[in-house]
Amino acid sequence: MTVEEYLYYIILPILAISVLLVFCRFVIGPKIADRVVALDLLITIGITIISIYSIVYDQSTFLDIAMILGLIAFLSTVAFSYYLEKRNKSKLDEEKRKHNND
Amino acid sequence: MTDALIIILSSLGAIFILLAAVGFLRMPDTYLRISVTTKAVTLGVGLILASAAIYFDDLSVTSRVLAIILFIILTAPVGAHLIGRASYFLGVKMWDKSVMDELEGKYKKFSHKLNSGDDLKDDEEKVEQQEKN
Repeated sequence: MTVEEYLYYIILPILAISVLLVFCRFVIGPKIADRVVALDLLITIGITIISIYSIVYDQSTFLDIAMILGLIAFLSTVAFSYYLEKRNKSKLDEEKRKHNND
Repeated sequence: MTDALIIILSSLGAIFILLAAVGFLRMPDTYLRISVTTKAVTLGVGLILASAAIYFDDLSVTSRVLAIILFIILTAPVGAHLIGRASYFLGVKMWDKSVMDELEGKYKKFSHKLNSGDDLKDDEEKVEQQEKN
């Protein structure tokens, strides 16, 4: 068994199973924070799948796309948490204004 | 020799990622899930990318892989802290069997500033009085 076959028939199925497990949490996640973390985790596992594919097909240019995906994962997490906190803050401000008017 | 090294590194990385996914599905609490994602998956990604660097044995590929690993190691804790902070302000409950919540009552309710606890109420009242004046 060569290295390529080992990676293709054993490592890739393990990574596929873990993507499925994370996707279950993405669907059932009770809070929105769970979904954001699951999205981040899906993209991070996608980076590893891309690097395994770049070994199997002997194409090192795939790793550039892995780098871009890492950037996008961080950006999406930061943006989601920023806007979640901001939305919560604007709700609190409305409550405060009502409280002061009473 | 390099084949054995690639197989060992990629197997370890895949096992770490699988265990992190199982833990992410089975953990009872949002904060515990965030903790699982940051630690185990970062290690797994680093190991598998290192196996790619060993396979290609090329300076440009190695530098690219090092850049990706460095970026992931730098950004994973920052992102986890941000989303954990946001979910704390959204009022996500901790697990029933959690022992203590050290942040309870230490954040100001409206301005989200961190305080040591005792002078919290006075400050909020002061701010309200200033706004009225």
